Amino acid sequence: MNKKRLNFFPRFLLHFVIIVVSVVWITPSLGLFISSFRTRDMVISSGWWAVFGRVFDFSQFTLDNYTQVITASGMGRAFINSLMITIPSTIITVVVAAFAAYAFARMEFPGRQILFVLVVGLLVVPIQMTLIPILRIYNTLGLAGTFHGIWLAHAGYGLPLGIFLLRNFFSALPRDIFESAFLDGASYHTAFFRLALPLSVPVLASLVIFQFLWVWNDLLVALIYLGGTEQVAPVTLRLSSLVNSMGQNWHLLTAAAFVSMILPLIVFFSLQRYFVRGILAGSVKG
Amino acid sequence: MNKEKILKKKVDMWPWAYLAPALLILGFFLVYPIINTIYLSLLDAKSEIFVGLSNYIFAFTRKPMLIAFRNNLLWLVFFTLFTVSLGLIFAVIFDRVRYESVVKSIIFLPMAISFVGAGVIWKFVYSYRPAGVAQIGVLNAILSNFKNFEPVGWLVNKGTNNFALIFVGIWIWVGFCMVILSASYKGIPKELIEASRVDGANEMQVFWRIIIPMMKPTIAVVATTMIINVLKVFDIVYVMTNGQFDTEVIANRMYKEMFQFHNFGRASAIAVILLLVIIPMMIVNVRRFRRQERS
Repeated sequence: MNKKRLNFFPRFLLHFVIIVVSVVWITPSLGLFISSFRTRDMVISSGWWAVFGRVFDFSQFTLDNYTQVITASGMGRAFINSLMITIPSTIITVVVAAFAAYAFARMEFPGRQILFVLVVGLLVVPIQMTLIPILRIYNTLGLAGTFHGIWLAHAGYGLPLGIFLLRNFFSALPRDIFESAFLDGASYHTAFFRLALPLSVPVLASLVIFQFLWVWNDLLVALIYLGGTEQVAPVTLRLSSLVNSMGQNWHLLTAAAFVSMILPLIVFFSLQRYFVRGILAGSVKG
Repeated sequence: MNKEKILKKKVDMWPWAYLAPALLILGFFLVYPIINTIYLSLLDAKSEIFVGLSNYIFAFTRKPMLIAFRNNLLWLVFFTLFTVSLGLIFAVIFDRVRYESVVKSIIFLPMAISFVGAGVIWKFVYSYRPAGVAQIGVLNAILSNFKNFEPVGWLVNKGTNNFALIFVGIWIWVGFCMVILSASYKGIPKELIEASRVDGANEMQVFWRIIIPMMKPTIAVVATTMIINVLKVFDIVYVMTNGQFDTEVIANRMYKEMFQFHNFGRASAIAVILLLVIIPMMIVNVRRFRRQERS
């Protein structure tokens, strides 16, 4: 209805505004992407938009920047490290959160209400409040600079949201299916593994994506608990030190940045639906 | 029903078994450190001597800290205002075109990118070179088409740098706001909007008198989330300027006190201040959650 009501001019204006906004939003990333395939001399002598003048001249593009950042600049190693950090962190968080969320949603125990309110409160605690005490303990235990240490730390920081998200989902599942399962003699464990978990695959997927992106993109936690050593540094940490050491070598910096973003971008484009669902469920609704 | 009760009695300890890993991790990584950091904030740099509130006095009187507070305030106002309002406007206008999902993906895309990656992207956009040489940063290149062009050092110039950084934050987070607000907007009954149009309301009136009031609760949620985010802003500043040229923010200052100056008392005090400013948001969240549970 409303589309018909608008006459030509506002309609044209609407499209114009939307296209301008889209161009503004996409241009910075596009510039990075294009520059990462240009040679050093090209990047220095002209803006990346110059490629549009001769799009079909493929000789102006090169993969050398990537070869160099992946090998010499250590982005390849960092990529592996990021995987080594992100995958276990994500699994630990989601598994631990699922058990706790189920207890909060479907089991009776004293202090249930107050403990859950505590979890909701912990959702917003700044990580900065925890850095010094934990780093000290890590230094004593020899966990600083190790993957084990950072897996647990990420689990700690990811749990409040994980528990919150899953608990809300579990408690919204219809009561009847649990009651009839119990009448058929199912234990709490059977109900958890055979009913609650299979029914929550979409929300579990959202949580996995959330936690994966959060850990992959994290800088602060890695900076504090892993330090700058190249053996363990993830892509974010490596990239941020390249920003300092490479200065104006934009052909390399852009390639390094793209290496750090490729996996999140793939996850994002292929699983955007779940990501959006997670965001919608994660915001405390009004 | 009876059987369920009996079952519950028998498995009394099981809830705790399910909760134990989570409670241990939360206790170790969040609850204990919070208490410990509050205590450390009352001790000296090496956490040996009790110094009362002097770390807090430092935080509220020294110039670098005051600049950080001012900048966090700038972030708080402009970041929150623009992420929420642009998110709302995008949600409403994109709803009217057929290629909605495409433009939404474009706006939402930066959410997948790390702040460090975004930092590199925008440092490149903002890069500047002396006048007379080809500008390779998009922003200066656009400006160079105008007369009397002087290249602007966006991240160095004290009049522009904080806003240049804040815009990077907006670029990342608008998509998040848009997604939530768009879901809420689509939840408004279309008959309601149609009816008010039939009654002679123009688009502006529909927006201010129907859409905004209907979406108020969601707008509040999004704004709270943005405020919590912006108070903790760290990565963007750390990567792009590291607080130089008066762009310092509280979280980056805390990192410096901790790692560069090894002053754990001051670093802890700064962290506590950060927590204190976030606590009102925490209360809002808990209250909202309780209300939601009751209904």
